[in-house]
Amino acid sequence: MSKIHITTTVNGDPAEFLASPGMTLLDALRDELGLTGAKEGCGSGDCGACSVMLDGRLVCSCLVLAPEVEGCRVETIEGMAQGGQLHPLQQKFLEHAALQCGFCTPGLLVAAKALLDAHPDPTEVEARYWLAGNLCRCTGYDKIIRAVMDAAAELRQERAA
Amino acid sequence: MSETLDKPTTLNVVGTRPIRPDGADKVTGRATYGADYNMPGQLVGRILRSPHAHARIVSIDTTRARALPGVKAVVTSADFPDLASEMHDGGEAASNLRDLSLNVLARGKVLYDGHAVAAVAAVSAAVAEEALSRIKVTYEALPHVIDVEPAMSPDAPVLHDYMMTEGLETPPTVASNIAKRHKNVRGDVDAAFAAADVIVEDRYTTEAVHQGYIEPQACVAAWAEDGRCEVWSSSQGQFMVRTYCAKILGLEISDIRVTPAEIGGGFGGKTTVYLEPIALALSRASGHPVKMVMTREDVFRATGPTSGAVMHVKLGATNDGVITAATVELKFQAGAFPGSPVGAACMTALACYDIANFTIVGWDVVTNTPKTAAYRAPGAPIAAFAVESAVDDLARKLGMDPIALREKNAVRDGTKAAYGPTFANIGYVETLAAIRDSEHYKSPLKPNQGRGVAVGFWFNIGGESTAAIHISEDGSAAVVTGNPDIGGSRASMAMMAAETLGVPVERVRPMIGDTASIGYSMLTGGSRTTFATGMAVVQAAEKVILDLRQRAAKLWEVSLDHVVWRMGQAECIDPAKPEKKPMTLAALAAQSGRTGGPISAQVTLNAQGAGPGFGVHLCDLEVDPETGHTSIVRYTAAQDVGRAIHPSYVEGQIQGGVAQGVGWALNEAYIFDRDGRMENAGFLDYRMPVASDLPMLDTIMIEVPNPKHPFGAKGVGEVPIVPPLAAVANAMRGAIGVRMSSLPLSPPAVLAALDARKG
Amino acid sequence: MPELAYLAPSSPEEAARALASAGSRPLSGGTDLLVQLRAGRVKPDTIVDLKKIAGAMGIREEKGSFVIGAATSGAVLGEHAGLVRAWPGIVEGANLIGSTQVQGRASLGGNLCNGSPAADGVPALIAARATCVIVGPNGRREAPVESIVTGPGKTSLTQGEFVLEFRLPARPARASDAYLRLIPRTEMDIAVAGVGVNLVLDAGGMITHAHVAIGAVAPTALLVADAGAALIGGKLDEARLSAMEAAVRAACKPISDKRGTAEYRTKIAGVLARRAALIAYDRAGA
Repeated sequence: MSKIHITTTVNGDPAEFLASPGMTLLDALRDELGLTGAKEGCGSGDCGACSVMLDGRLVCSCLVLAPEVEGCRVETIEGMAQGGQLHPLQQKFLEHAALQCGFCTPGLLVAAKALLDAHPDPTEVEARYWLAGNLCRCTGYDKIIRAVMDAAAELRQERAA
Repeated sequence: MSETLDKPTTLNVVGTRPIRPDGADKVTGRATYGADYNMPGQLVGRILRSPHAHARIVSIDTTRARALPGVKAVVTSADFPDLASEMHDGGEAASNLRDLSLNVLARGKVLYDGHAVAAVAAVSAAVAEEALSRIKVTYEALPHVIDVEPAMSPDAPVLHDYMMTEGLETPPTVASNIAKRHKNVRGDVDAAFAAADVIVEDRYTTEAVHQGYIEPQACVAAWAEDGRCEVWSSSQGQFMVRTYCAKILGLEISDIRVTPAEIGGGFGGKTTVYLEPIALALSRASGHPVKMVMTREDVFRATGPTSGAVMHVKLGATNDGVITAATVELKFQAGAFPGSPVGAACMTALACYDIANFTIVGWDVVTNTPKTAAYRAPGAPIAAFAVESAVDDLARKLGMDPIALREKNAVRDGTKAAYGPTFANIGYVETLAAIRDSEHYKSPLKPNQGRGVAVGFWFNIGGESTAAIHISEDGSAAVVTGNPDIGGSRASMAMMAAETLGVPVERVRPMIGDTASIGYSMLTGGSRTTFATGMAVVQAAEKVILDLRQRAAKLWEVSLDHVVWRMGQAECIDPAKPEKKPMTLAALAAQSGRTGGPISAQVTLNAQGAGPGFGVHLCDLEVDPETGHTSIVRYTAAQDVGRAIHPSYVEGQIQGGVAQGVGWALNEAYIFDRDGRMENAGFLDYRMPVASDLPMLDTIMIEVPNPKHPFGAKGVGEVPIVPPLAAVANAMRGAIGVRMSSLPLSPPAVLAALDARKG
Repeated sequence: MPELAYLAPSSPEEAARALASAGSRPLSGGTDLLVQLRAGRVKPDTIVDLKKIAGAMGIREEKGSFVIGAATSGAVLGEHAGLVRAWPGIVEGANLIGSTQVQGRASLGGNLCNGSPAADGVPALIAARATCVIVGPNGRREAPVESIVTGPGKTSLTQGEFVLEFRLPARPARASDAYLRLIPRTEMDIAVAGVGVNLVLDAGGMITHAHVAIGAVAPTALLVADAGAALIGGKLDEARLSAMEAAVRAACKPISDKRGTAEYRTKIAGVLARRAALIAYDRAGA
């Protein structure tokens, strides 16, 4: 099978890999680039565990073909903590115990960051609908939503300061 | 363990909410789950699954698959030993090893849509999938049966022609799908019903539902030329995987080492094996490591759901609300092999009630559906749905408050439980009172809203556990146990060790050992880990402390009795040596070379005395009367937790159980077509709750300590899924004025019930 | 083993040429196609990505009317203030397709041409009387949205043809639309029934134009002419609503499946139509 050479930017760094035309972005990240933070929970866009940012848009990486990301910017959970410092969302997830098994956590964090980047002051209902594409079977979402709302408040405070 | 060891009177760590030790790995994507691990040179394994619900396998021709370049191995059940029937007690429930083997790969017959028939290992996923399409299986389709009552009928297609019903007074002479009858009788139920002032009864049904863990099963297995095997897999018990792989493949346990991956949810569903024996067989046949990962469709079609059920409950009571009589009949789908959780359902059905006369009968029935696997308090939510719905109807008929009725008939310390033992140190009435006195219970409802109360019980178990503690030269501690951490148990292990040793929790690093690095531990299930493995951790810490006191005594040249361990340091209480300053754990550790070598302790135990758990749930829901759409608007769950080691994770267990129970009540269900094929094998149409489906889930933790545990802990993970089905159904009864006795309460069903009421 | 090729043409004509071969398949957002590929339900030899074609992406105004690139994602539609103001129903239909993640990719063109009877993006487009600009080997043609899907998974597009853009009619001052669907959960489900209502009022609040389209209750989304006609000629009173609701129910020809019974779908379609009409009427400034 002829492979396609893909040049892209992942978490700010240039990245190249070879992809078969039918390969998904999720498989490329996990198998070609060794970034296993994005998970496959369903492969059909119904669980959100594979969430990444593609040119600034939240997407399911299982629903993107690897060749589609030629020349694009991809951001994954691996790029969320900066300079050895957890992002406030990551910190709040830990403080609020917003994870149990942790499998959905990378996808939820990427999705929550996209929410707060676009809507710094969401209501609880807005946060719940924004995150409805991220299934969590452990927590009942309560602590996740609390962590997101708390992180939003902290980020607003940081921006104001 | 030592009379001079001062038990802390105030707790410094237990009951606080530190950040979990594995937290940073899990919020950064570094944590390594089943599918995140690779071995050099690994192949891709894929499974061919039955398209039939029930069929005889006439032949399997793998020639064309083997001929495909890149295919390195093909296996079928012919490559596995044909095991004799043998029960193996794996912890929560016993498994028949022959059935386990037949479920891993079909032999002779396929028994459900999705049943594994053959497997291949190839150099790529594409080649493996192409190879599957080249395997020719000739089937002779057989009539199938999905639902439990049709499966019990004398003219039903029989799955196993050798299966004779167990538990009947007169053993049957003809094979049937009824594997076993359970029966539990107390008093004279007929006389009690005859004397009852008020009687309620109804028939209840539930559908099969899946555990719904987000991580599909995954493993990597390598078989070496010397017969030594390595397995990396996501499961609830590395020792369970080792035992089952050895038995199914006929290998020596000593030849298999299983390393537990991080586990992306289990809820009981990962207490058995599906992929690991196949991956090992493929590795043996190919000479390469083999990685296997299920698709979501595989997970739904081939891994354990829990039973669909048909139930009948009849309750009799006096006019003042004493429940005097109960009959409960439970018919459970077992799936393709015996072993539904109907036994546990029978035991838990009336466990919250002190009733003088009852008959409980349960039927374990095989059906052409995936073999059921444990699902969080297996069986109990199903039975509680029926019993708690009936109790709610009884309260209405009596004109009594539903909590008052339950309080009047509640089991207490000293009550002989319906399933046998006498309760002690239970916190049930305190939990009922907490809901009764809650602001939520007193708050008003809006139009189209209803409120439901339901209670639930789960045994919780103890069992065999191993814990080891190794003290580093800086005084920090590594705590190693044999239990995969599903929901944050490493945090509680570290906390209990820190509390006992008297060191900050950050100084303790908890780990989960592979099967060659830590002693045997029963799998993570039955809400046993914090109780039983926690007990082993505390005892190992106490052993370390004894060692430290002995070393301090040696250094100070005093008797052991004159050394106490307090707040993380050894203190000399010998009045003759007031000059001896306390020595910290770090100070003692730094001198360990001079005082006898490394400081380390291991404890193995078989923990007894797990305290049973009780939960009381309160649900408010709102129905759209024109569409039947239901919204959960408020939910409060109270539970006796013994002692919350890490309260946030105890709350999390309660909230997670509620969410699963609400999903079970409202929308989740296996749907089969006329050919017995699952129609909704994906998250799109198997409708688990999403974030916008739920409100905040309030919790009330009642702490009635378990005296058998060093800090009073009781299992907490399973109880919270028991009450929600009935709490939702009872709220629905309140909202629409009609009893809905079949789950799920999906919008079409609710609208139909509303229309039927209008007439 | 079958080979798969990926092409990303930059012009409509190039795309039409690439799509002319029988084994090719157009790719817009991919949120349906990738699922079908993975499940083995489609086995194309060539995937033709339409997102590099300028006209297929983005929203523009031509002579006071909106033109929506068929491969534009739902998220982009939702962020376009002008479109949301003029056609809130179309946008809410598009924005109900899947999760936030799916919104980052899924497009109205893909939603339409996938041919699902339950496509959330389609009823409001039909009620809007939108047209599709179709590009193919023989050039361009324009066709009403409701003429594209002919049955579940089937379209009237010929080999090589694809939908490049949607054209919406000009919007008078007092006009608006609404789309409602029913799902068992609050998100992430396929519609059990869906209804789009598009209303134009005169200065006195009288309904002068009305169109009602229904989804998930027949083999294709349908324009229910009787339902629209029932609303015209006065204010949105109970008599008009009842007549419209009855017309909607009469037009339903649903199936019973895992997502709902025929009876339930029919009943719900009427409820949703009434509610959508009230919302559209309110939005139009009645």
